Amino acid sequence: MALKRKGNITRINGNMVTVAFKDFVVQNEVAYIIHGEERLKSEIIRVRGKNAEMQVYESTSGLKVGEEVDLTGELLSVELGPGLLGQIFDGLQNPLPQLAEQCGFFLKRGVYLEALPDEVKWDFIASAKKGDNVRAADKLGFVQEKIFKHFIMVPFGLEGVLEVISIVENGKYNMKEPIAKLKDRNGNIHEAYLEQSWPVKIPIRAYSEKLKPQEPLVTKMRLIDSLFPVALGGTYCIPGPFGAGKTVLQQLTSRHAEVDIVIIAACGERAGEVVETLRTFPEISDPKTGKPLIDRTVIICNTSSMPVAARESSVYTAVTIAEYYRQMGLNVLLLADSTSRWAQAMREMSGRLEEIPGEEAFPAYLESRIASFYERAGIVKLNDGSTGSVTIGGTVSPAGGNFEEPVTQGTLKVVGAFHGLSRERSDARKYPAIDPLLSWSKYKSFIDETQVKRGHDILRKSHNVSQMMKVIGEEGTSLSDYVDYLKGEFFDFVYLQQNAFDEVDQSTTSERQIYIFNFIYNILEAEFNFEDKNKALHFFQKLGQQFRGLNSAKWKDKEFEKIEKEISSLIMEKSNE
Amino acid sequence: MNKVYTDIIQIAGDVITVEAEGVGYMDIAEITTRFGVSIAQVIQLNGKRVSLQVFAGSRGVSTEDKVRFLGCPMRVASGGNLLGRIFNGSGMPLDKGPVLSENLIDIGGPPVNPSKRIIPNKMIRTGIPMIDVFNSLVVSQKLPIFSIAGEPYNELLARVAIQAEVDIIILGGMGLKNDDYLFFRDTLEEHGALSRSIFFIHTAADPTVECLLVPDISLAVAENFALQNKRVLVLLTDMTNFSDSLKEIAITMEQVPSNRGYPGDLYSQLASRYEKAVDFDTAGSITILAATTMPGDDVTHPVPDNTGYITEGQFYLKNKVIEPFGSLSRLKQQVNGKTRDDHRTIMDMMIQLFASYRETLEKQAMGFQMSPWDKKLLQYGTRFEKDMMSLEVNIPLEKALDLGWEIMAACFTPEETGIKPSMIKKYWPKNGKD
Repeated sequence: MALKRKGNITRINGNMVTVAFKDFVVQNEVAYIIHGEERLKSEIIRVRGKNAEMQVYESTSGLKVGEEVDLTGELLSVELGPGLLGQIFDGLQNPLPQLAEQCGFFLKRGVYLEALPDEVKWDFIASAKKGDNVRAADKLGFVQEKIFKHFIMVPFGLEGVLEVISIVENGKYNMKEPIAKLKDRNGNIHEAYLEQSWPVKIPIRAYSEKLKPQEPLVTKMRLIDSLFPVALGGTYCIPGPFGAGKTVLQQLTSRHAEVDIVIIAACGERAGEVVETLRTFPEISDPKTGKPLIDRTVIICNTSSMPVAARESSVYTAVTIAEYYRQMGLNVLLLADSTSRWAQAMREMSGRLEEIPGEEAFPAYLESRIASFYERAGIVKLNDGSTGSVTIGGTVSPAGGNFEEPVTQGTLKVVGAFHGLSRERSDARKYPAIDPLLSWSKYKSFIDETQVKRGHDILRKSHNVSQMMKVIGEEGTSLSDYVDYLKGEFFDFVYLQQNAFDEVDQSTTSERQIYIFNFIYNILEAEFNFEDKNKALHFFQKLGQQFRGLNSAKWKDKEFEKIEKEISSLIMEKSNE
Repeated sequence: MNKVYTDIIQIAGDVITVEAEGVGYMDIAEITTRFGVSIAQVIQLNGKRVSLQVFAGSRGVSTEDKVRFLGCPMRVASGGNLLGRIFNGSGMPLDKGPVLSENLIDIGGPPVNPSKRIIPNKMIRTGIPMIDVFNSLVVSQKLPIFSIAGEPYNELLARVAIQAEVDIIILGGMGLKNDDYLFFRDTLEEHGALSRSIFFIHTAADPTVECLLVPDISLAVAENFALQNKRVLVLLTDMTNFSDSLKEIAITMEQVPSNRGYPGDLYSQLASRYEKAVDFDTAGSITILAATTMPGDDVTHPVPDNTGYITEGQFYLKNKVIEPFGSLSRLKQQVNGKTRDDHRTIMDMMIQLFASYRETLEKQAMGFQMSPWDKKLLQYGTRFEKDMMSLEVNIPLEKALDLGWEIMAACFTPEETGIKPSMIKKYWPKNGKD
């Protein structure tokens, strides 16, 4: 073991501390400031001569010039292993409930607990045998974590082909007991444990190839799935002004999305929102498995009043955990709320480093950081031929609700789908407030393409007519234009909008979406004969009301079929044959 | 004994730099000038150079003046002795009472562990229909009043304070006009609420930066009471002054400004204060009502904009009424489902009809002809504005709901309201139209 390297504080400016060191330092290594009994975690972010600047992951109040700093030589890492599911961590992977047990109401600084308790034993079942040749991320066996087979894999950092020279028998093991010994080509022996650690800022690349995201990820939100779909392994962003419903949208997605695991990164947002997830998820059961939703969820939470530097690392912690479960062949959805707060954390640190600012004082490397974060999404073919995916959905909170700002623009360049929320729609209590005229997606929907195109067209036409009517009044509009306007409004009202408080309407399966979209498509295509505009308005109002009833009816039950018949006969009456 | 330093080597804005050793970051110092003693806080350490922000302002500070470091962060007295007292922005008495130095607590303490919070579930009744019915205030909510200078936001804060069922009221005034301060004092006294109130007042006449301490002091004291199982309401007025002081210090410290001169960490600074609002799982609660004035009535200005992202909604006070559009209580659905079964119906329908009324007003202004339906809407809107929206209305929630039915029944037939039949059967007034 090399001598412990140390340094001393020379300068303190907010959460940035400068340290004078003697031997050497490693860029991005973790260091601890020794302040009396406390050890405060920090990371080296810039080196100048014999001075290194560090961001401190804790409050710096009370620190003094001259205090000692321990340099560890390790990059900021997370622990990966069974026991992550259902947990709630802060941005540095401190388990918050355990922290509360130890420290009470407040987050005491300098207290770091094990993310995965060492002493807990797991039932390990081996699949690899002595003499097998394995590579990094190959499966050695598994333990049962909640409903998943949690595969124990060859440490991701090992290179080349390794030989299993011993593996334990099936039985109970804890995190610190080696389960296998592996020999590399140079004859060095490596031990594998149930857990491994991985530096958060480096993507896990232990797979055979990255594939193109094609299969849709079903969020059960009609507007998203039908018109602006997201693919498994794809990326999307949700920018919107405050109060437009970004967080509600993310919360519902985290409940209903058809994926194996959901990682929620609450980054610089209200604590109250995390609390809601935290307190309700154990009670809601996942319709697919019947188990509580919390069993498939990991929450990484660094709320707005928690230290800023840890906010910056929280999204990396989250994406690393997502990649880890992807390696087991699972589909993981990472929801980051909000990436603007993450970008602001970078801006704060850049300001303290006195870097030359870019637009709105964001650092010049903002775009590349955003891009490299979203690039960690993807669907990959693993070594054993199976696939796993990480899908990333990030909210953006643009200043003043103006999308022409650096974070939104930087994000739009790299994502595959854009769900833009608008103030007008949220003020009109239209949920979800995603503006269909503004949003786009590069992915393919499970709805037939010509039908989707018809949907987009009618919305655009309807919007144009409504704009025109503002100038020339209803009187000056032709009946056929007026009917197109009503069709667009109808489509929006009954299909795009969803009632978040209605048990049935809040989530729509893909099967039901295909069916209903086809039904609506026929209405949009139909020619109606109306005597005048009032009759047309009345007809579509009635149709809309009936359809809302249909939306609340359970799929294919009696009520559903009854309303469906009523709607069909209503249409028959009015349509031209 | 704390060492005294006299080597002030720089004075710029309200920040002074002194050479000293063994000083802790964010520690407090006392500066003795010929005008008296002022408190200062360490905001940067660079080798021996210690930069301090002087809360009383740097005017009159001499390079020879004495700086004494107290070796601790800013502290404030806490506990029952504070009740009924009035202090300045640094915690010194403004009334004739004694200086308090018992149960000192640090201000700006660590954040609450999210896992010790509970989902807010208790409504605060204010007697104002626009709040109770349409955007219910909830215990532990943080809610600003967005408004422009000249609007009665302080009157609104005072009214909520005297009517809300809370144990303790803490007023943090920043850049408060003397009249407004006296108004708060007299109003609370008149309603017998002064004995459960604590004031931390920074007036417009005081040095600007002194108001930086007000939210932290107010919230530290509030937190202390909340931990003793008390329900605390904190009023902060006006947070725009606080933000402007942050801007002033940031610019003096040569920080790169982000948006209209405000520092890049404005969001985090505001959030660390607002996030003190809490409902503890095994103790009391803190509710924060703040006033945020919007320069030029511009909601995209950095202060209201950042605030809106942090808080759980906002009341938009315009033309002396709480505007139903633009106002939002994000927590209302946590409570309005269990008040009375017609609460949500009234809330939704009355606002939708009011929106139609606004459209009709526009049509009317443009000279379009008024249909019979338009006329009904005009009648409805006028009554709604007079009987519901006016801030003079002061009735309990149940009365307000009854009034809602009465207004609708006076103007519409049941079908026209779009309310589902079962509700109509239960609540539609017998003497109304049918």
